[in-house]
Amino acid sequence: MTTPLVVTKRMTEFPADSHTIDRYEETGGYEQARRATGMSRDELVEEIKTSGLLGRGGAAFSAGLKWSFLAPSRPSYLVINADESEPGTFKDRQLLERDPHQMLEGIIITAIANEVHDAFIYIRGEYPKPARRVQAAVDEAYAKGHLGKGILGSEYDLDVMVHLGAGAYICGEETALINSLEGLRGEPRLKPPYFPAAKGLYMQPTIVNNVETVSNLPHILAMGAEEFIGLGHPLDTGTFMLSVSGHVKKPGNYELPHGITWRDLIYDVAGGIPNDRELKAIIPGGASSPWFVPQIHLDHQITKDMCAEAGSMLGSGAVIVMDDKTCMVRAAERIVRFFAHESCGQCTPCREGTTWMEMILRRIEEGQGRAIDLDLLLDVSDNISVGLGWPPKMTTICPLGPSAVSPVLALRDYFREEVNAHVELGGCPLRPVEVHA
Amino acid sequence: MSHWSEATQERAREIISRYPQKRSAVMPLLYLAMAEEGYLTNEGMEEVAAWVGITPAQVQAVASFYTMYKRRRTGQYLISCCTSISCMLLGGDDVLHAVEDESGVPHGETGADGLLSVEHVECIGACGGAPAVQVNYELIEGVTPDKARDLVRWLGSAQPEVVNTDEMQELFGGVRSFDWAIRDESGAVGPYPAFQPLGTVGSEGNA
Ligand SMILES: Cc1cc2nc3c(=O)[nH]c(=O)nc-3n(C[C@H](O)[C@H](O)[C@H](O)COP(=O)(O)O)c2cc1C
Ligand code: SF4
Ligand code: FES
Repeated sequence: MTTPLVVTKRMTEFPADSHTIDRYEETGGYEQARRATGMSRDELVEEIKTSGLLGRGGAAFSAGLKWSFLAPSRPSYLVINADESEPGTFKDRQLLERDPHQMLEGIIITAIANEVHDAFIYIRGEYPKPARRVQAAVDEAYAKGHLGKGILGSEYDLDVMVHLGAGAYICGEETALINSLEGLRGEPRLKPPYFPAAKGLYMQPTIVNNVETVSNLPHILAMGAEEFIGLGHPLDTGTFMLSVSGHVKKPGNYELPHGITWRDLIYDVAGGIPNDRELKAIIPGGASSPWFVPQIHLDHQITKDMCAEAGSMLGSGAVIVMDDKTCMVRAAERIVRFFAHESCGQCTPCREGTTWMEMILRRIEEGQGRAIDLDLLLDVSDNISVGLGWPPKMTTICPLGPSAVSPVLALRDYFREEVNAHVELGGCPLRPVEVHA
Repeated sequence: MSHWSEATQERAREIISRYPQKRSAVMPLLYLAMAEEGYLTNEGMEEVAAWVGITPAQVQAVASFYTMYKRRRTGQYLISCCTSISCMLLGGDDVLHAVEDESGVPHGETGADGLLSVEHVECIGACGGAPAVQVNYELIEGVTPDKARDLVRWLGSAQPEVVNTDEMQELFGGVRSFDWAIRDESGAVGPYPAFQPLGTVGSEGNA
């Protein structure tokens, strides 16, 4: 666990002023962007492809490959996804607040690689402070000529604009985000035909990348693809940020190499479970991901492939830890409630199904459940995610609907007894949830 | 004929000019409309429609999609308590109840004197500092039920003109998701985020 920090290095070494342009430039900032102004699209795409960098927004798709798919029509656009709203996730907020220039340099590199002259940073509306920090950084960069006309002394023009969301999780989905940026309701578009790289913002080729993804780019150019690969796991290169929350002694964001185990993460890095309690369940990759349990998964390595093999995903890197005093029905209800609330309503299985699921779970938790309720829950879930597998077989336009099924899978696979106990007892066997000091 | 102040109109023009297509300015202009009147009125939406050249019905369809465009009069201070999973695990529900109890305002409502609105919200990206609360979208992490009561009383007595996240964190907060490092001097003056693309609307100290 002595792997060097990458995206959180500057903020760790210079906590007081890592967000300022002076500190940024003193520590090598904008040198790689300057270099990139002299590089071709092909060179940049190739270097990032070789590095193996996967998108850090949840879908874990190769960044270089995505760029290579950009359709030839111009203008092309770049949209940075800073809508971070998946319960459990707070890593982008730290990158935005504490090292906004690192992201801006990543934006410059991405823009050059994709022949973009207009980039947008879409920040969720509930993040006014991060937005102010980013805007201040953008203003500094313009003032120095790093953005605007002829950036960094080159012939290249690049404008960057900060756009604030207004409270809709679904706008994190890339096509919904594009609709939102066009001034429409933030409803996802059908893919195909609306793949952003072909028909994105204003129906033009568009790259959507996550904050953390682009924050890695200056470092990849600086150290070279080979060294970046060496930092991580062979299949999952570089470091990545995990947001750890819930029942751990030391919650927070941790930048780690791919490949450590859940045990190391929870008991070593995050300090273990408070109050001498036992670990009961882990949500490995944000509220959307199917849950893990210690008896099966604790010694698994944390990589994209290992999570997929075990029937879940690393998603947005949000790890939510629950101790043995936590009611699994209540936790499931809380997560399903989120998806029911955030459903955009376009697809009937998602709109109706999540509402029903929330109602059934609440009924069980409140002691009004019936013996058939778990089957009913699975039945409704099956309408949204056919066959109840992972990754889901979708009946909906976007993966939000099927995500709501993840906690239900956990109840089915690991906590059937606890659900039944609610029904038999006519109430929650664990209530009230005890609060840690 | 615009009902907006000269300054707001100037800002609207600037915002629109920055986007490749006018319609993209709908969201920032809706925030401007809220800043003019404290919440989003029909007149506000008609105004936005006129600026970007779409119908008021189209603007309303957009506004109703997003939870932060408040269609009803909202208190001077909007208290948002997170009750999503990570906050729930660490007592977010109790914090919400403490706020409701101390203020006498149930979630989803505004007090009769127009000072406070209370709502429960889904994850606000502060799960490492759970339970989290925002006042006019300015964040406080690691809030206990007792501290939440103190916060409500403080808003009532101090009635700060500008709500500052660092000040509130010091007074009412605890564990944070990460070290915030330096102080943020700006803050919110109403129940909408203290940020707009071209400078800050309704806040001080942040250009
Ligand atoms: C419902 C839903 C919500 C999402 N929310 C986010 C988000 O908040 N931030 C993000 O970066 N990606 C989010 N994504 C993933 C984006 O659609 C997209 O894959 C990502 O922004 C691409 O960037 P990357 O390749 O750099 O990861 C979400 C996806 C879905 C289906
Ligand atoms: S799955 Fe749900 S959120 Fe996604 S498009 Fe359909 S209704 Fe909207
Ligand atoms: S769950 Fe409350 S801030 Fe994320």
